[in-house]
Amino acid sequence: MAHLNMFAFGIYPYIAIAIMVIGSWIRYDREQYSWKTSSSQLLEGKQLRKGSIAFHIGVLGIFLGHFFGLLMPKEIWYLFGITTQMKQLIAIGAGGLFGLICFYGLTVLIKRRLFNPRIRATSNPMDIAILLLLYAQLILGLLSITVSMGHLDGAEMLKLMAWAQNTVTFNSVAAAEAISGVHWIFKLHVFLGMTLFVVFPFSRLVHMLSVPVQYISRQHQIVRQRFVR
Amino acid sequence: MKVRAQIGMVLNLDKCIGCHTCSITCKNVWTSREGVEYAWFNNVETKPGIGFPKEWENQQKWNGGWVRNKSGKLELKIGGKRRILANIFANPDLPEIDDYYEPFDFDYQHLHNVGDTKHQPVARPRSLISGQRMEKIEWGPNWEEILGTEFAKRKIDQNFNEVVQKDIYGQFEKTFMMYLPRLCEHCLNPACVAACPSGAIYKREEDGIVLIDQDKCRGWRMCVSACPYKKIYYNWKTGKSEKCTFCFPRIEAGQPTVCSETCVGRIRYLGVLLYDADKIEVAANTPNEKDLYQAQLDIFLDPHDPVVIAAARAEGIGDNWITAAQRSPVYMMAMDWKVALPLHPEYRTLPMVWYVPPLSPIQSAVQAGHVGMNGEIPDLKSLRIPLRYLANMLTAGDEAPVVRALERMIAMRAFKRAQQVDGVEDAEVLKQVGLTPVQVEEMYRYMALANYEDRFVIPTSHRAYAENAYDLKSSCGFSFGNGCGDGNNGVNLFGTKAKGVRQVIPVEIKD
Repeated sequence: MAHLNMFAFGIYPYIAIAIMVIGSWIRYDREQYSWKTSSSQLLEGKQLRKGSIAFHIGVLGIFLGHFFGLLMPKEIWYLFGITTQMKQLIAIGAGGLFGLICFYGLTVLIKRRLFNPRIRATSNPMDIAILLLLYAQLILGLLSITVSMGHLDGAEMLKLMAWAQNTVTFNSVAAAEAISGVHWIFKLHVFLGMTLFVVFPFSRLVHMLSVPVQYISRQHQIVRQRFVR
Repeated sequence: MKVRAQIGMVLNLDKCIGCHTCSITCKNVWTSREGVEYAWFNNVETKPGIGFPKEWENQQKWNGGWVRNKSGKLELKIGGKRRILANIFANPDLPEIDDYYEPFDFDYQHLHNVGDTKHQPVARPRSLISGQRMEKIEWGPNWEEILGTEFAKRKIDQNFNEVVQKDIYGQFEKTFMMYLPRLCEHCLNPACVAACPSGAIYKREEDGIVLIDQDKCRGWRMCVSACPYKKIYYNWKTGKSEKCTFCFPRIEAGQPTVCSETCVGRIRYLGVLLYDADKIEVAANTPNEKDLYQAQLDIFLDPHDPVVIAAARAEGIGDNWITAAQRSPVYMMAMDWKVALPLHPEYRTLPMVWYVPPLSPIQSAVQAGHVGMNGEIPDLKSLRIPLRYLANMLTAGDEAPVVRALERMIAMRAFKRAQQVDGVEDAEVLKQVGLTPVQVEEMYRYMALANYEDRFVIPTSHRAYAENAYDLKSSCGFSFGNGCGDGNNGVNLFGTKAKGVRQVIPVEIKD
């Protein structure tokens, strides 16, 4: 059991991140033509508008929450005067809110993808798989809130933070140890989360690396010269 | 002054017979692929009508093109950069496939396989997107062909705005029609380029052709909304936008585009225009819409002017391009004779595909002698196509340039008729429209005879010197995919099984 725990939470995360980074790199380098959002708005717009906006707002909120919540050391939270208990409540409140927004959006998107004949016919297996994976992960996350409600002191959260922070500081033994005692829902959630990293370069998720931030500062017109001068 | 060269096109609508050869040849060359069955880089519309996609000219609905904002600055009508990014999760101004039409094919195989039946077998339509049976085809790429559909539906055509008593044109005796072949305008101030969040769309410096970098396109779809002509199409299969390429591989080799080459009516002209790139922004931002046509004329540079020639050479424009600009039929029709006009200059994109307005029968000619005459020329108010309609289409509502173009064409006919039938040189009719006999002979040569060498004056671009041929050794030339693949195979590491494989669903055979 300990070995399995060590593999799943001490070794698998590195495999997953390596696949994500190297895979994305190769795909960006060699397969630019396949690097896209893969939008299906042309074929169906109304449901997409409902689902996509809610999904993206929710998922961005959740992403930022996880990023800061897991990776920012608790000492920094204390500096801001936020105790572990308060942080646990913030996590439950904000996570729950964005989670529900995301849940609504994803439900609409999945229904659309599976039951709209045009969308279904033009979907590839990965388009459907990635939606279902995200849905499972989201539901696990929402279920974990009920577990957290029983630990309002934030003790479980501290273990998860320790896992994440030990993982990114390459302290994998400590990471696996920290997470070994948490509720199985959290463990499953973390494992599936790492699996999403694995799937990332093989799916349309790569479009999130192409957020067009440079558009804001770029001039309107682009002229390409024939000769490189 | 920053001189740049542009390959422009003129379409002589007076000679368009609406045969759709341009559309079909274009389709066969460029868009006979899955994902773009619905896309027509070139299409021919019967006007008046709402066109393809539905109501593309209604910018209240689609928000295409540019507008001057309150502070007098030029801004995309779909919104500034911030608004575009804010709408990136779902574009509110994107047409859906039904605004174009659901592409379809017929079960032809059924006719072969049906066996003995009581009734004559038919090939029924099937959607090319979902693969499902279509009980009824609701719309197509050319649904309004030759005034198809009721006038009540066609009359929301935006060019009818401010046409007096437009309802009378629904009557059989009063109705009118014309053809409008459309393709990408390869604008000087393209809205699609400005709207692309990825920066994938660009204008080529050497010939002004606007292209989409298929590798850099991420499928944000803002270009589709921003283009007021709706000439960018989203490929639902590849997830990338595609557009008319102006057949750049042909242009580079000095050949006309496929649509121009195959035009049986000889209505298309291709030629070089030199223009001042520094003036683009000011011209596109002209306060009064009716001044936009003139503002665009003012950007063009006289290729015979030694100052312009020197400046062009300084910019690295080759002598063969300058010579071509001097012989350019597009320059002659747009600038010298002013018979060619831009399509919807009010979109402020400075389009580079121009149109010669069509003449139309004189309505009251049946009652001989009742046609109003304006000097030597019949009163244009008695033409069947309302002047205002053409003006809305070609000059943002200003009738004067349309009148000048039509009068010059009528004068050319009158002059040549007098010369060839009556054997007299009728200089009077020319004086009225401000043309000289020499000019009219040229007009006649270019517009009536329209020889191949006169219609297409395209310099080669010497691409051989533009790229290091050694680097291109054993590469695969032009393709739509990754390198030599077509992006559609299911075997590479990241590609997946072909989307929406078109399977012919077997037809059940009943006795």
